[in-house]
Amino acid sequence: MTTTANAAALALGDDALVLSHRLGEWAGHAPVLEEDVALANIALDLLGQARVLLSLVGDEDELAYLREERAFRNLQLVEQPNGDFAHTIARQLYFSVWQRLLYGQLASAEGALTGIAAKAVKEVEYHQDHAEQWTLRLGDGTTESHQRMQRAVDALWRFTGELFQPVEGLDIDWQALEAAWLTSLTATLERATLTVPVGPRAGGWAAGAGRQGLHTESFGRMLAEMQHLHRSHPGASW
Amino acid sequence: MTAVTTDAADGYEAVFDAAVAADERIEPRDWMPDAYRATLIRQMAQHAHSEIIGMQPEANWITRAPSLRRKAILIAKVQDEAGHGLYLYSAAETLGVSRDELLDKLHSGRQRYSSIFNYPTLTWADVGAIGWLVDGAAITNQVPLCRCSYGPYARAMVRVCKEESFHQRQGYELLLALSRGTPAQHEMAQDAVNRWWWPSLMMFGPPDDESAHSAQSMAWKIKRHSNDELRQRFVDICVPQAEALGLALPDPDLRWNEQRGHHDFGAIDWSEFQAVLKGNGPCNEQRLAQRRQAHEEGAWVREAATAYAEKHRHQPAAPDHPEAAQDQRSHVDRPTELQEATA
Repeated sequence: MTTTANAAALALGDDALVLSHRLGEWAGHAPVLEEDVALANIALDLLGQARVLLSLVGDEDELAYLREERAFRNLQLVEQPNGDFAHTIARQLYFSVWQRLLYGQLASAEGALTGIAAKAVKEVEYHQDHAEQWTLRLGDGTTESHQRMQRAVDALWRFTGELFQPVEGLDIDWQALEAAWLTSLTATLERATLTVPVGPRAGGWAAGAGRQGLHTESFGRMLAEMQHLHRSHPGASW
Repeated sequence: MTAVTTDAADGYEAVFDAAVAADERIEPRDWMPDAYRATLIRQMAQHAHSEIIGMQPEANWITRAPSLRRKAILIAKVQDEAGHGLYLYSAAETLGVSRDELLDKLHSGRQRYSSIFNYPTLTWADVGAIGWLVDGAAITNQVPLCRCSYGPYARAMVRVCKEESFHQRQGYELLLALSRGTPAQHEMAQDAVNRWWWPSLMMFGPPDDESAHSAQSMAWKIKRHSNDELRQRFVDICVPQAEALGLALPDPDLRWNEQRGHHDFGAIDWSEFQAVLKGNGPCNEQRLAQRRQAHEEGAWVREAATAYAEKHRHQPAAPDHPEAAQDQRSHVDRPTELQEATA
């Protein structure tokens, strides 16, 4: 793999790794047992993607457990804390619609990530459906669920601009990707009786910051938990 | 009650008894004694609750798993446990109770779950000890349940046991890696086995002469072996496995008895078992509190799903959702992908 292909695999691998970790935090805490199954299922798919992508770059465990915060290249969106179920679903919605569009393109183009994307896109279709179905139920459910879902899509909106910042090594028409993402998202939110959020999605810290290793504060704590055991036993195998 | 209905009930009972005697399966629409139904509901509910509460001690380590491979295995395992809970609640529902009712009894402390899950997971090695010992004990208990007289329970157990055996091997393999690892890892593994051994032996329930439900359950072929028989079988299986692991079992009285053809082992501290059962184990409060909290904090989500279903009841299923047909396929694909992820 070339350096630029490495950069792309690392960015996408980190997205999947970090979001998988956040979803893993839900285990045993979901609103219904079926959701414990579903969220764990998605976490596992993402972790599988992360392992393949990181392995293209180097040793998956060294990359996951021995890099510090500033060396991670994931989107700020995926590191956001779970919050309530609506926040988790909003994060899933934004990410899975994007991931499906992106992986769809990668799968149909020639490149180092074609095979991985082709396999992952089937999983991501399911993730997107799951997020959309819950967005509909929460948005068009009760007054309370509607309010919570609207708050969640509003709160995470500012992290979505980063999704369309070019990633080194990915030959993608980012503007077209953003347009397709907005169309898909708008349709879902409208069906869910929700309002498409307004407000800045780019500029300053919101613009590609995670891809440059600039993260939000909760991320360091997440890594501390994720890495502490591995780091406590240098050189051990598990 | 009139003479006619008494005769009728006697007739049903004779049919039931004959079916049990002939090792036939009792099915949901068959007549069964009220006490048989009640015993099964109690046992299956407790079994389902154990799967659900049992997610907690292991999920405690998902975010700290020391390698990505181990993390994937652990997530898949916890997911399986939720799935087992779902099978078992469904099986219990064939007896005329609802999952909501059973969960309510769990949350209010009116139904129990396995006492083992009231012990804390203090190190990573505990995840391995749970797989090897706790799942091992569960399998020893559950394999005979695959021949239980109640059909839906027996069939649920066939599916559950397959996955549990997989988990047990993974737990053993985890401990083996630690035992053969650095001195610190070996010590971690030994410490975990020291803490989980005796509670695992308690999973088989009180000694035969103190077991309240045993005789009736065996007569009904719900149980096939006594608590002490199964416990002995488990000890005999574990001793050579512990040797292969290079880990000691924490029992100075454990030794092979040539005459019996079994291992003798030391006395179990039944006062500890009783204390844990009464709610005074190390994690009883925390386990139930987390379960209740998940349920209460999820209430608005369940209400939303119900309200949405009500509003859209008369609409055809997702007509404007072009992916619906494909989604059906991708759901069917799930188990295979999972197996791949954990292989």
